[in-house]
Amino acid sequence: MEAIKNLLFRMADDELIYGHRMSEWTGMGPIMEEDIAFSSMAQDKIGHALANYSILEKEFQTANPDKLAFFRKENELMNCQLVELSNHEYDFSLVRHFLFDHADFIRYEMLSTSSFAPLAQLSKKIKGELKYHVLHADTWLTRLGNATEESHARMQSALNELWNYALGIFEPSDFEAELIAEKIFDGEKVLQQKWMEKISPIIEKANLKIPSSSAPVYGGRKGYHTDQLQPLLTEMAEVISSEAEGTEW
Amino acid sequence: MYGGGYIQEEKQEATSPIDDAQKLAEFEARIDRGEKIEPHDWMPADYRKQLIRMIEQHAHSEVIGALPEGTWITRAPGFRRKLALIAKVQDEIGHAHLLYSAAETLGKSREQMINDLLTGKSKYSNVFNYPAKTWADVTVIGFLIDAGAIVNQVANSKGSYGPYCRALERICYEESFHLKQGHDAFITLATGTKAQHDMLQDALNRWWKPIMHFHGPPDKISEHTAKLMRWKVKMATNDDMRNQFLDMYVPKILEIGITIPDPNLKKNEATGQWEFSDPDWDEFKRVINGDGPCNAERLAVRQYVEEHGKWVRTAMMNPNQKVVIPFA
Repeated sequence: MEAIKNLLFRMADDELIYGHRMSEWTGMGPIMEEDIAFSSMAQDKIGHALANYSILEKEFQTANPDKLAFFRKENELMNCQLVELSNHEYDFSLVRHFLFDHADFIRYEMLSTSSFAPLAQLSKKIKGELKYHVLHADTWLTRLGNATEESHARMQSALNELWNYALGIFEPSDFEAELIAEKIFDGEKVLQQKWMEKISPIIEKANLKIPSSSAPVYGGRKGYHTDQLQPLLTEMAEVISSEAEGTEW
Repeated sequence: MYGGGYIQEEKQEATSPIDDAQKLAEFEARIDRGEKIEPHDWMPADYRKQLIRMIEQHAHSEVIGALPEGTWITRAPGFRRKLALIAKVQDEIGHAHLLYSAAETLGKSREQMINDLLTGKSKYSNVFNYPAKTWADVTVIGFLIDAGAIVNQVANSKGSYGPYCRALERICYEESFHLKQGHDAFITLATGTKAQHDMLQDALNRWWKPIMHFHGPPDKISEHTAKLMRWKVKMATNDDMRNQFLDMYVPKILEIGITIPDPNLKKNEATGQWEFSDPDWDEFKRVINGDGPCNAERLAVRQYVEEHGKWVRTAMMNPNQKVVIPFA
């Protein structure tokens, strides 16, 4: 029970915070087509967060999705730190999108055969959407990694900066053994291996190099965050928290 | 939205090219028969110029209009409002995309149009030079500015230029959903807590003047538009559109207990025309010429976006380019 809840919170919080960051590109993209693409993916992510919180509410009688998303404290959030980092420029946002979405896609693909039926069912739907997120990321990474000296340098530099945070996606939980034994989820370690196999050839095709040394940034899954999360949460709750909880908006 | 009511009209130049009289007569006969003009058809130089101007300003209005609402996406209260608002603002950018494409069929590139926006040569709807200070402002924009735009866009979708009409038909279809979400959010605040109701009333008080400006100056002081209407570039006069808007939306505002900050607003049942206080057309002119509360900020944001995205556009210019990375 606790194991599934923990897994759902990690996933929902990732999607919520990452969706928030993606939505910040609305109106600000380097070309209009990208502006539209990022807002479209933001809607999907926030929709995925809502779906995961809804399973929590329905199956585990937690608070409702709005309360879970808008009223929890920073140290109660279990998203990885990768997704909370500010957008910086398009290079940074794009490389994060590539690193995160491949992991996200594989995660939902693995979960589509989960023994926990509500999650298996949801995952089948979500992975169909994520297929396009991954296609989008691959196309742009490959193009910009190869195009000009500047675009190449920017991609490599963003990859270097984000790599350790990306490894933090796979921070193991206290419930790994239980999730695996119950056939709910094959675990973060397997996910990470599949992810490495998937992204390595694409990074090579993009003319980029995976940083040689690595030190995963853990903590996010246990509620330890960078100083970039709290301002995001404050902003997100600015309107809704101006009235008593449960007020209609 | 947004493609505002009011389109800045260019002063007639003395050197306008003279069009072939016979071709012009054939062209006007086609318009009279209700035919659509397509990109490769012959058209008067002035028709082309006015259409580019109009469609371009409409596109710019969508892009700039995304800014005041866009800043509220991250603060939208609750999943439902958040998802609706991202989808809506995304639609607006999508409309800009459609409209720039429609304008490009007339021979002006997207880059040229965006440059003209950034240098201030080309205008956009005046309402977006006003700030969206609270969540209630977003609901006023989503309900009433979108409503005003629909009145204008439905009329123009019956115009004579094929690509613009087709873009507008699709835009109006999406706008009708925007209006629904705006109206729903508006009603929720109006009928919510006292603080929510007051916030909405305050927002409407601030937005009423720009809303009255939205369809442009009264016909009696606006520039001559007979030729544009003859050519079905412009399909209704400013006063007609404003009157239609007031007919449809004043009752919807009043029925939920929100007041309109103009004691002189009333419908003259004998003429069918709404009467109202002077909404300060001098302010309208000042703002459209650059001296509004947010003109500088709006363009500064677009400038920032253009500058910071330049390396991406440069990298996309030549799809076969491949950078060579020197060995260590």
